[in-house]
Amino acid sequence: MTFYILRRLILMMVTLLLIITATFFLVHSLPGTPLKNEEKLPPEIRDQILHEYGLDQPLYVQYFRFMGGLFKADLGKSLMYDGRDISQMLKERFFASAFIGFQGILIGLIIGGGLGILSALYQGRWIDNFATSTSVLGVSIPSFVLAGLLSFWVGVKWGILPPALWGSYAHTIMPSLSLSVAVIAQFSRYVRTELVEVLNQDYIKTARAKGLSKAAVIWRHGLRNALIPAVTVLGPLTVNILTGSLVVEKIFGVPGMGALFVDSIINNDYTAVLGTTIFYSLLIMISVLLIDILYGWIDPRIRVAGRRGE
Amino acid sequence: MEKESFQPIQRNFLSYQRLERKQVGFWQDAWYRFRSNKGALLGAIFIICIMFFAFFGSSFSQYDYYSQNLLEVDQGDSAQHYFGTDSLGRDLWARTWYGAKISLLIAFLAVALDVLIGVTFGGISGYFGGRVDDTMQRVIEILYSIPNLIVIILMLMWLEPGIIPIAVALSITGWVPMARIVRAQVLKLKSQEFVLAARSLGASHRRIFIRHLLPNTVGPIIISVSFSIPSAIFFEAFLSFIGLGLRPPQASLGVLVNEGYRYLQLYPHQLLWPALLISLIMLGFNLMGDGLRDALDPKMKR
Repeated sequence: MTFYILRRLILMMVTLLLIITATFFLVHSLPGTPLKNEEKLPPEIRDQILHEYGLDQPLYVQYFRFMGGLFKADLGKSLMYDGRDISQMLKERFFASAFIGFQGILIGLIIGGGLGILSALYQGRWIDNFATSTSVLGVSIPSFVLAGLLSFWVGVKWGILPPALWGSYAHTIMPSLSLSVAVIAQFSRYVRTELVEVLNQDYIKTARAKGLSKAAVIWRHGLRNALIPAVTVLGPLTVNILTGSLVVEKIFGVPGMGALFVDSIINNDYTAVLGTTIFYSLLIMISVLLIDILYGWIDPRIRVAGRRGE
Repeated sequence: MEKESFQPIQRNFLSYQRLERKQVGFWQDAWYRFRSNKGALLGAIFIICIMFFAFFGSSFSQYDYYSQNLLEVDQGDSAQHYFGTDSLGRDLWARTWYGAKISLLIAFLAVALDVLIGVTFGGISGYFGGRVDDTMQRVIEILYSIPNLIVIILMLMWLEPGIIPIAVALSITGWVPMARIVRAQVLKLKSQEFVLAARSLGASHRRIFIRHLLPNTVGPIIISVSFSIPSAIFFEAFLSFIGLGLRPPQASLGVLVNEGYRYLQLYPHQLLWPALLISLIMLGFNLMGDGLRDALDPKMKR
């Protein structure tokens, strides 16, 4: 297990280094400079701005300077928000993203798990049909469509919840709900499949035959065994939430990382793109690694091997 | 009861013969299973209808997707403009179906690239095994651990947005799952007797791979493709939505959804049609994918 974790960590470092290097050179090879109104600037001022950001140095010097800064968690300064520190911005914005993300995953796992269990127990009944249709619909409707509809109907037309922006707890509900739909869809389907398979096993019959109540059988023998493989979907689900957060934050005006990422892409804020990309890659890779380790720890039969989601 | 009401059946050779069922091949069997799945059929019908309109829909209307008419801005649906017009007076019926066509084209192209690269890479890796396989697996491992969202976004910042660049960006990481599937299948098959038989008859590697191994991997490939298409459509729309997709007057469903958002409060119908269409396309492909998986891989139920 230690060897496995070590191996994964090394692989992660290599991948991260590749991503950072590729991103760095890609961003710097993009056409144009990040300066606003470049033509109108007198050359002296232009040179001074470039010097300020270290952009007048040769590329390899900039690269090593940037890499050196990384070890001190210094991601450079934003071009879009005149000289604000990117690490600082990420720190400020991480909370909002993490909050709606976790809340979304939690809602998704609870509702999805519940639906999955119910539809496995009442196969072919209306609740099963309902859960299965919900699941297909939830996978099919893109999060940005759903988020927009929620914001429009619930927020603007009915005025139940604030349609956008940030501040009170009420502001977090709709973003989390929009994120959770994909989780509900995938998790309910997964739980259903696993539970149906487990309930068909012989040891379930044995447990019933020795006189255990139905609830005890489902709870102690059924669910426990069904939920272990379900841990594997947590990886893809997390990635899903992170992807979704880019658009959902944008639509609801949440001051999170996703919105920062999208804004920096649109505004060609190269340093911010670089910083957020690194942060996102790290976040995705760490969460996937943690879930893999968690899985190996819960179910010792399945150690190592490349079990991870996309 | 009287004895006369019971009569022995004539036993002859023919009636025994009749008990035997007609031979059913794998594809016939799969088709039978697919056909009996209502959801899958519904999905297939959705997709056929949408594809028909995406490619021929513009001929039902006298307008094209790019002409602006500033006298007819932001109209609701009418006999002229079935889906209304947008803020520049472009016909939304034409634009929506044109967008659907572009979205579908990008998805098909991306998935075709996935299949091409994935089958070649996975096939070689699995077939030759040993050191070749080890090396190729390391490549896959690294590619697999790079978040595909990041790669796609970076590629599109660098490439000029267009149909082909978007498809290429989508398939840069998209082929990896396909390669894994093909490799696993080839590994399983290559030690079986029919491959040995072919080899001892003097078949070349190329022939063995194309004639004997590939046909046996078609099932898993089709299943994987049927789920890659909706995911490619989603990603394309997602990219357009965050501003990395096609540029106007070009349109894809993502671009249209993005444009629809701008005037959502005033003209919700501008968002409604593209949003509905993209959901229906994804729904259709997902339903059909489920059906195909049950049909082609009856052992794996999910």
